Amino acid sequence: MMAKLLDMPKLSPTMEEGQIAAWHKKVGDQVAVDDLLAEVETDKATMEFRAFDQGTLLAILAPVGTVVKLGQGVAIVGVPGEDISAVATRRDVPATPAPPPAPAAPSAAAAPASVAAPAPPSPAPASAPSRVRASPYVRMLARERGLDLTLVTGTGPTGRIVARDLAASPPAAPSSVASSRRVPLSMMRKTIARRLTESKQTVPHFYLKIDVDAGPLSALRAQLVADLTSAAKKGEEPEKVSVNDLLLRAVAVALARVPECNARFDGDAIVLHDRVDLSVAVAVADGLVTPVVRDAANKSVLEIAREVRALAALARSKKLAPEQMMDGTFSVSNLGMYGIDEFAAVINPPEGAILAVGRVRDEPVVRDGAVVAGKRLSLTLSCDHRVIDGAVGASFLAELRATLEHPTRILLS
Amino acid sequence: MTKMRVREALRAAMIEEMDRDPSVFLLGEEVGHYQGAYKVTEGMLAKFGATRVIDTPIAESGFAGLAIGAAMVGLRPIVEFMTWNFSSVAFDQIVNSAAKIRQMSGGQLHVPIVFRAPNGSARQVGSQHSHAMEHFYAHVPGLKCVAPATPADAYGMLKTAIRDDDPVLFFESETLYSLSGEVPDDPAFTVPFGQARVAREGADVSLISYSRVVHTCLEAADALAKQGIDAEVIDLRSLRPLDEAALVATVSRTHRAVVVHEGWPYGGVGAEIVDRVQRLAFDQLDAPVERVCFLDVPMPYNAALERLVIPQVDRVLEAVKTVTYAR
Repeated sequence: MMAKLLDMPKLSPTMEEGQIAAWHKKVGDQVAVDDLLAEVETDKATMEFRAFDQGTLLAILAPVGTVVKLGQGVAIVGVPGEDISAVATRRDVPATPAPPPAPAAPSAAAAPASVAAPAPPSPAPASAPSRVRASPYVRMLARERGLDLTLVTGTGPTGRIVARDLAASPPAAPSSVASSRRVPLSMMRKTIARRLTESKQTVPHFYLKIDVDAGPLSALRAQLVADLTSAAKKGEEPEKVSVNDLLLRAVAVALARVPECNARFDGDAIVLHDRVDLSVAVAVADGLVTPVVRDAANKSVLEIAREVRALAALARSKKLAPEQMMDGTFSVSNLGMYGIDEFAAVINPPEGAILAVGRVRDEPVVRDGAVVAGKRLSLTLSCDHRVIDGAVGASFLAELRATLEHPTRILLS
Repeated sequence: MTKMRVREALRAAMIEEMDRDPSVFLLGEEVGHYQGAYKVTEGMLAKFGATRVIDTPIAESGFAGLAIGAAMVGLRPIVEFMTWNFSSVAFDQIVNSAAKIRQMSGGQLHVPIVFRAPNGSARQVGSQHSHAMEHFYAHVPGLKCVAPATPADAYGMLKTAIRDDDPVLFFESETLYSLSGEVPDDPAFTVPFGQARVAREGADVSLISYSRVVHTCLEAADALAKQGIDAEVIDLRSLRPLDEAALVATVSRTHRAVVVHEGWPYGGVGAEIVDRVQRLAFDQLDAPVERVCFLDVPMPYNAALERLVIPQVDRVLEAVKTVTYAR
């Protein structure tokens, strides 16, 4: 058998590159088909990379931490002792793990006249951001003073930033720069940055806000909690239903009645979805993800409640499968638990709208000409104007308010 | 304080310790009637007599082994080799007996012995007589290795060595014996092992050294001062135990280091110092640590070639240029 280069596989439908999170085989290990080779942090989650080939692991080309584009080689399998040089020098092997073949040239503007022999030009791959070369002491000073070394020109050998370059560099003046830290982007943060920038820059957002009388909804929830508690078997935890679970179900019911809001823009057409698949924003340690509750209009409140809790737990342990985060038709983001009264959310492309949910507020309200204690809930709908016009969005919110204010509809419809 | 030469400081230390402790005695080639090959032991035979100042035959393995045996049964011998080069004949005794007996006897025996001799290059004595033997011996657990550079340290460290209950290898330098300096008059004065000395304070670069080439570094520091470079000179004094804290402290002040020593570049004490600096003070380094030592050849007899092999001021200055990125 010939040594074979193992490429970075597509581990999620939207993945363009992956970062090696861990290797589970080391060089010299036997590899059988379907053995766990490595874990890869993709734009969505940490995924298992399993072997399609068998043999002996002859080389690891992408050590832990390396970001590898789809199709680039990460490892070589073959027969012990065979020559892998031909495979290892293929051009689609990531450049990161190889020793730097030639130093980066100091930028021409800052190169001191005293440098006798200019450093050879750098063949660093265009895709990877060029590594900052700096002495350990300079790196320590940069950490202490919060300096951005990418702004400093190095005058040492191979363009290395040395201590004297900090003294000469205006942005390095410690008094003028507040202390800060640079945290490299995780794959998730890169995805959030890319997708939400794309959304805000290309999707024409507009916003509709409505206040809902949340009194009946709160009363229904209290009743459900009491009923579930008394229905629980002795020693068992009663099932839980949150205001958000009821709201998700209400959104699904309202979308079923106003299907124009369950739609997305697709170039030369509007795609109207037959089924309501709700993306639910879940905050996790390093960002947020949006697992999808499928066919929410045909699920009971209890089914939705159980599913949301299971998905949220998976999300927090980074175990969501990519298909559990794909192809939602409408998003709901709730910041009520953080005490937020109302906010406007950024549309989660390619969906056509997102509903931002605030907290249930105790407020004085006017009822039958008298001011009484009441409960209010603010909902803000962000719409893609290419898909949803103001009147359509408003009719959806009116339907949603009616459902929430007569919440037996949530249970019955 | 009394001004004295290194050879007088060493002699004073031995005489005071022999006066203080009757178990201390001296043996070696020409230490008695000839008054010492380098006159370190001048007058000691007359003062202490032939039972405590013993002229030996030219048989290093024999008298080193004899002295180790004497140490095991309670005496405190000082063995003078004519030079450390000749200790290679006694290498087995030093490495396999002196260094190992305490561990192999489970602590029942110990070997309170001092081996002392001039070490390193001298002046045109050829490749077999120009060895820097400290690199061989500092490798061995069980041996303490010290190499003073001044009369005060020669005095204070030899007294510490004689009082130590384990083998101490004391590395002197032929070209330092006539160096004069102030020595404390206090007979209780000693210099502990494992403590480096800041021979000159500076802020821009650390010249880390020991024994004779400390003075090469001080000369280089004077030349650097004229160029506006403020060099610190560290005299390690003790090679094993090694003063790691002093290495970290000096590099934390200057962020650049040049290690200067006699002996070859491959392995040895200099490599050990570089290891500690990069491992314990990595974040403090603004440049890779440079080394100035013997060139990697047997010492030539020819004077011009010998000068090229031994660390000189000009080579130290070149290394400083490298670590300060001035070239």
